[in-house]
Amino acid sequence: MLLGPALGISAVLFTLGVFGVLLRRNAIVIFMCVELMLNAVNLTFVALAQNLGVGGQVFVFFVMAVAAAEAAVGLAIILAVYRHKQSVSLQNMNLLKDG
Amino acid sequence: MILQFFWIFGVIAMGSALLCITRKNPIASALWLVVTLFSIAALFVLLDAQFLAVLQVLVYAGAIMVLFLFVIMLLNLGRPGPSDIKGPLGIGVAVVLGAALLFLLQPLTRTTLPSAITLPPGSVPLLQEHQGIVGSVAYPLFGAYLIPFEIASVLLLAAIVGAVVLAKRKL
Repeated sequence: MLLGPALGISAVLFTLGVFGVLLRRNAIVIFMCVELMLNAVNLTFVALAQNLGVGGQVFVFFVMAVAAAEAAVGLAIILAVYRHKQSVSLQNMNLLKDG
Repeated sequence: MILQFFWIFGVIAMGSALLCITRKNPIASALWLVVTLFSIAALFVLLDAQFLAVLQVLVYAGAIMVLFLFVIMLLNLGRPGPSDIKGPLGIGVAVVLGAALLFLLQPLTRTTLPSAITLPPGSVPLLQEHQGIVGSVAYPLFGAYLIPFEIASVLLLAAIVGAVVLAKRKL
């Protein structure tokens, strides 16, 4: 009964995440948009788990574990880049472009 | 009744996600994302995943977003400055690509599952009544999915070591 609305909401949330990644230049905000996309996928998993068995809920655990690992490593990388460039804007990260 | 609540929290989630990606200040963005994560936790409750809703609040809205806010404040990014949102061309490209993606995903709302693999309605709450809300997730997690669980623990260890090494000033 809730499957259609849940998949619709998660599609909109995923699209907003992609939209945010395309719209922003701040690396941390882009990272938060990636978290938003992961949450949209989690919502899909949970909605389908209601109809297809609790295996989908177990998968959300793994998504959360990977998201936590990704957030820790990603923010450490952003911190290291900030020390190097004094900025987190992706405009300034053009080392490969013009060396 | 459940459907109305579902739509209320869904609209809150979508609205605060939109605010999250359009606020100029990264701290405001992070706080709107917390609102989104809380409403997704409410949606999890309505979809018979109460334990995941608790985890969503503890892990996502608690731990991960505190990490984000901590880094934003450590780098002092909350001060007013030029906006990081792209110019008209960038906004146009983002809107076109976002609309295309939404158009491609929109058939999802009419999904019908084949009845051969669909559980009878109310079978997940029944399982939770038998095994407990935590138990219904824990039995498959430590049974069929034991090896992925162990691999996830190795992944988290690698992430801890990686974060310490990357964030250290000098090795």
